[in-house]
Amino acid sequence: MPAHDVLIIGAGLAGQRAALAAAQTGASVAIMSKVHPVRSHSVAAAGGINAAISVDDDWHSHAYDTVKGSDFLGDQDAIEVMCSEAPKEVMDLEHMGVTFHRNEAGEMDLRAFGGASMKRTAYVADITGQALLHVLYEQLMRHHETVERYEEWFTTSLLKDDAGRCCGVIAREVRSGRMEAFTAKNVILACGGAGQAYKPTTNGLIVTGDGIAMAYRAGAPLMDMEMVQYHPTCLLETGILITEGARGEGAHLLNSAGERFMEKSAPNKMELASRDVVSRAEQIEINEGRGVGPDGAGIYLDVTVVPRKRTLEALREIVNLGRDFAGVDITREPIMIRPGQHYIMGGVKTDVDGRTPIEGLYAAGEVACVSVHGGNRLGANSLLDTLIFGRRAGEHAAHRAATMGMPSVDTRPHLREDSAMIDAIIAREGGNGSNRRVSEIKNELGEVMNKHAAVFRDEAGLQSALETIGRLKEEAGKAWIDDRGTVFNQDVLGAIELGFMVDCAEATVVGAIERKESRGAQFRTDFPERNDEEWLKHIDISLDGNGEPQVSYSPVTITQWEPEERKY
Amino acid sequence: MAETHKPPEKFTLRLRRYDPEAGEAPYWDEHTIELEPHRSVLEAILQAKDRFDGSIGVRCSCRQAICGSCGIRVNGEPALACHTHLDAAKRSAKDGVIEIEPMGNMPVLKDLIVDMDAVHWKKIQRVTPWLIASQPVPEREYIVSKESMVDVTQTMGCIQCGACVSDCLAMEVDPGFIGPAALAKAYRFVGDPRDDEHEVRLRDLAEDPQGIYDCTHCFKCVEACPKDVNPMGQIMRLRRIAGNDFGIVDQNNGERHEAAYTTLVKDYGLNHEAELLPRSYGGNSWFGKFHPAAGKELLSSLPIVIKGVLRRKVNIKIAIFGHKLPKQDLKAVQAIYDKVEGRKERYELNLYITGEDEPKEEAAPLAAAQSSTEGSAS
Repeated sequence: MPAHDVLIIGAGLAGQRAALAAAQTGASVAIMSKVHPVRSHSVAAAGGINAAISVDDDWHSHAYDTVKGSDFLGDQDAIEVMCSEAPKEVMDLEHMGVTFHRNEAGEMDLRAFGGASMKRTAYVADITGQALLHVLYEQLMRHHETVERYEEWFTTSLLKDDAGRCCGVIAREVRSGRMEAFTAKNVILACGGAGQAYKPTTNGLIVTGDGIAMAYRAGAPLMDMEMVQYHPTCLLETGILITEGARGEGAHLLNSAGERFMEKSAPNKMELASRDVVSRAEQIEINEGRGVGPDGAGIYLDVTVVPRKRTLEALREIVNLGRDFAGVDITREPIMIRPGQHYIMGGVKTDVDGRTPIEGLYAAGEVACVSVHGGNRLGANSLLDTLIFGRRAGEHAAHRAATMGMPSVDTRPHLREDSAMIDAIIAREGGNGSNRRVSEIKNELGEVMNKHAAVFRDEAGLQSALETIGRLKEEAGKAWIDDRGTVFNQDVLGAIELGFMVDCAEATVVGAIERKESRGAQFRTDFPERNDEEWLKHIDISLDGNGEPQVSYSPVTITQWEPEERKY
Repeated sequence: MAETHKPPEKFTLRLRRYDPEAGEAPYWDEHTIELEPHRSVLEAILQAKDRFDGSIGVRCSCRQAICGSCGIRVNGEPALACHTHLDAAKRSAKDGVIEIEPMGNMPVLKDLIVDMDAVHWKKIQRVTPWLIASQPVPEREYIVSKESMVDVTQTMGCIQCGACVSDCLAMEVDPGFIGPAALAKAYRFVGDPRDDEHEVRLRDLAEDPQGIYDCTHCFKCVEACPKDVNPMGQIMRLRRIAGNDFGIVDQNNGERHEAAYTTLVKDYGLNHEAELLPRSYGGNSWFGKFHPAAGKELLSSLPIVIKGVLRRKVNIKIAIFGHKLPKQDLKAVQAIYDKVEGRKERYELNLYITGEDEPKEEAAPLAAAQSSTEGSAS
């Protein structure tokens, strides 16, 4: 049975960074992912990574912008850690081999991004996430003797010992169907968000809230789950993401009258206000009949105002996306976009070292909520979040491992339980009217979330969503699949993922009902104002003894920036 | 606006299925789905999977050609499923049914899923795929030119989907060939001014008989790549840097063979088959023709030559005496050489940077000159 000091679940940026950091301290490290590491969804992050590396910049300015972007819900101690460590982290990555684009002087070039008071986003064309992910994977290949890789292994649950400490996981090798128990002194969850609970979403099909749900089921609290980011520029039809870098390079947003409507809600920053503000402004244009395209459901993003050579050099990927997925040459004509689900600010509650309240369990990246993003994440802060807190979690877990022996726990009952759970799904009969296909339930879940837990929310809609989710949860428990095999049985994994997504969706809706104010990404049409007196606090959600979500609160840490009115 | 918002249509997919547990041979499986014609083949496969048969095996995630999971073959050609439109796929189908198979050159694990570890990733690992940074490491970033980082972004843009590996003809014949994806990855370091081991890397890849000189210039990888990485172009750049900049003459004779071809075309305007082998071994001098290795190589290639003659692929007269080009045409060819060789610096045409329809001064004649040098060794 495999045993490791540090076992990392998820091999996107947070996971790979954690693995490298832990391995550097000499710990025995393994990294496990349900897909090959370079398929992880960090690959899709396009625009860049924020760091106050310019000589004219100061990390305090970055931190203030982040606090303001979070609508003052972010924890300022954590934001200070992230922003002050950002420049060194970016330099370390550059030294590892990331091909950051340069200015004429040969230094790292910086581009403008939403909600930032100056240019501080380092980038690799518009494939920054891909470049970072592939370079980290180069490092994993380099250190293949010290970091063990379990590629295409699906984690089904977390193991806890009698004292309630996390001591490993149960996982299934996708290729063979073999079930295995992994013992570990520490487990770091780094397996991303839960975007697939929404339809449409910019997130990949693999982003199904696995880590959030597994931690939640193991007793860890979730925080800020109501805060769901809608990205302002997704292709109208397919929901594919167009990077904020486009607006960073100067692109405009236009309504059907050809007006730059951002003048109304963000007269100073215009298109580069923070994402919640821009998405809301777009949705208002659409709702009030000034949208473009079929049913007026879109907005024009006009990249033609950016010099063509610059677009080809710095926004290459979206030139291709426009051509291949919308049939539009963005260097010659505007393209139709709309807001779309993109990121969840919430997640498993952690401290600045990635520790969750469960001893031995860490979380980093989108799966976690430190909270550095609060009510709204700034563009290009997510890559930074994954790397800073991935590294910190890896280091902390490795040091903890050095102080303890390998946990001895009888894993056999857990292994049997998860094997039986999978066998039961495979054995389910279907098509007799008593149960539904996984895909049908998933579609309904996504549509409900996108209708009621989106840019604008209200009590009635959220309550009806909660009711639907309750039904879907039951249906998910008996959903049927076709594949009876063991080799690459993606069907059965889909059924498990559906369960994870339903849990995440439920927490999101419960949080959104609870928060009776409008802050960041949560806009309640029935409570349209921010209410610091009552709601300047985090909403934590845990499972109670009956498997029902239980709400509690935790304070927001304020170090140097008192809440103030938020204007862009 | 382009072809968006057309009503849904019916499309039939013919999927190559393989169940490793059934103990039976692969078979074909047909499904009819309904989607707008500009939707992707991946969406079609997923609809079939969601509605009719959840056991269809296919790797996929991002749906936007960035994660590199869904490399397959559509109507026999390698592609990303998410990056291929249904209407285009139907147009290229031989009988209106879109034929979907797993990629080639890699063992099939189940349905459309291939074993990339056994082939693709092993080859990537072969090229020392990490930066060996120049020392000392600066406190801040390395100061390097703007152009150099934009240049390596082309190979950094590789998503490791395996489409080029799937259709590499050289790899089909010689499975040990390092191959287009891994060699493009190698360029990502050789083109990176921060890397300290350019010469070591190039020597390694040139001396390996399955390295940069094993490519046969078939252009399959260039066509297959969904991300414009141009793997063959990167291999040719590795050769130029190895030969011209570092003077690496490999013991397998790849460099000399290419040089022989280039000088022959300069002298005769076209290839001169009878001269190619002697020059490849003995260089351009008259005595070189009698290099013993050339004779040995000639002997060992005789069966192929004879076969070529019998099948009328080789014209004996032209092979021995060479092509005769009209003087004017020969002069025109040589003018290209004069122009390219007269440059102070080698001009590396990179369409990824310049954009394809942005006419750049001299771009056209240069492209012609380059394709003549690139179309050389065989």
